[in-house]
Amino acid sequence: MATTEGEVVLMKGNEAIAHAAIRCGADGYFGYPITPQSEVLETLAEEKPWETTGMVVLQAESEVASINMVYGGAGTGKRVLTSSSSPGVSLMQEGISYIAGAELPCLIVNVMRGGPGLGTIQPSQADYFQSVKGGGHGDYRLIVLAPASVQEMADFVDLSFELAFKYRNPAMILSDGVIGQMMEKVVLPPYKPRRTEEQIKAECPWATTGRTKGRGPNIITSLELDPAEMERRNIKLQEKYRLIEENEVRYEEIDCEDAEYLIVAFGSCARIAQKAMEDARQQGIRVGLLRPITLWPFPYKAIAERAKQMKGILSVEINAGQMVEDIRLAVNGSVPVEHFGRLGGIVPDPDEVVVALKEKLMK
Amino acid sequence: MKEEIIIAGFGGQGVLSMGKTLAYSGLMENKEVSWMPAYGPEQRGGTANVTVIVSDKRISSPILSQYDTAIILNQPSLEKFESKVKPGGVLMYDGYGITNPPTRTDIQIYRIDAMDAAAEMGNAKAFNMIVLGGLLKLHPIVSIESVVKALRKTLPERHHHLIPMNEEAIRKGMEIIREDK
Repeated sequence: MATTEGEVVLMKGNEAIAHAAIRCGADGYFGYPITPQSEVLETLAEEKPWETTGMVVLQAESEVASINMVYGGAGTGKRVLTSSSSPGVSLMQEGISYIAGAELPCLIVNVMRGGPGLGTIQPSQADYFQSVKGGGHGDYRLIVLAPASVQEMADFVDLSFELAFKYRNPAMILSDGVIGQMMEKVVLPPYKPRRTEEQIKAECPWATTGRTKGRGPNIITSLELDPAEMERRNIKLQEKYRLIEENEVRYEEIDCEDAEYLIVAFGSCARIAQKAMEDARQQGIRVGLLRPITLWPFPYKAIAERAKQMKGILSVEINAGQMVEDIRLAVNGSVPVEHFGRLGGIVPDPDEVVVALKEKLMK
Repeated sequence: MKEEIIIAGFGGQGVLSMGKTLAYSGLMENKEVSWMPAYGPEQRGGTANVTVIVSDKRISSPILSQYDTAIILNQPSLEKFESKVKPGGVLMYDGYGITNPPTRTDIQIYRIDAMDAAAEMGNAKAFNMIVLGGLLKLHPIVSIESVVKALRKTLPERHHHLIPMNEEAIRKGMEIIREDK
């Protein structure tokens, strides 16, 4: 698609991910089609970035292959990503755990659909636990960003890579079928050239860039059979996670100043909740919205602080109640915390959220 | 100005592309827009619908409980969305697809025989632009000039010779829409 720099265009969230990946100097994309995120791979195939920036785009034979290609590419210090939807991301969990264990930067995009199992192709947010609490095995964390607009789909690609490389940690964009499939206005980020081999060597001294004079071999592995050494590695990982928790919490608050009730919602659900909040305010209910942008690290402190003025908190999610557990941890029993959600691919509408707010918190 | 619209019919009627043209026309006028399809495994013959919002202000939810305007192109869609038009809102339907017309009395109901008009024009593909013309007659959400600009932007160049036909179809729709009493 021919666009001029800074032009406002209309596109799907999935398309925005693809364009942003090319523009932020990604070196490679490896993926396997699955609804509702297939437009990521389709857009990349249409844009043919291998002819312009030199970015590799490869449809792998499976999600397992995709994530291991990402593992390999990340080990060489390249900016690599994959995208999939819930069942596909489940298949990737072993690889994600290995990448986290080997401390490699990469981006995984999950455009969630309803589960469990093969489930449905309709939108869902039921992979919250999988994304922020592990998913794969072992004590690891992903940096998880939850875009609530097509613009944020575009903006979070580069942000994810920046964070992933800063902390040598895999990052995830946790989106869903609503944001992936909807079209909105977006200004694509400016083009950034792919890093040269020299730049990669300088910025990623850990990467397997070939033997060079003056350094020993760089070994990328998550395997360590000496338990004392493995514990030391784990402690180092935990120190890194504490640093990320300290530095990288992101959230947005809307109309919270005078609020008596608080809705907490992320991604597409935050948009629906915002409309519900506007409607409730017209009925004289003083309600505010807190939207976690990073799901890990989670804005525990911000929620605890905001809870002090609230009579109750409603967590609105397209799942059976997952983030609500983190909100309860944040407020530690100081105010009632309830959950409202729809399941299996049904997306709540704003009216339902207003009704839930009244029934669950104002009875 | 804020217009919340549902367009619903069969797959293959051009429901999604009509919505896209409307949203892109809004973009041409620097308005805020959102286009949210009910995506599914359906193709030609299945049901398809899209929610389009065109507004002067930032749009919160792309998913709505109620609509200012419903554009209904088949019977199953009428059954699904008639009750979701806001009181005082507008429901317009294509006469060809509807066997049991809408019954609400607290909304404005318009009929457009777009399928017949498209057949008269000898171009079934003009159908959705005729319907769009009907909508723009009722609510000039965007100007015809903006629609033409949007088509120029969204259609590949090899299809640009079809733009005058689309413009003609829009004007046809403006002409034939009528109140259903």
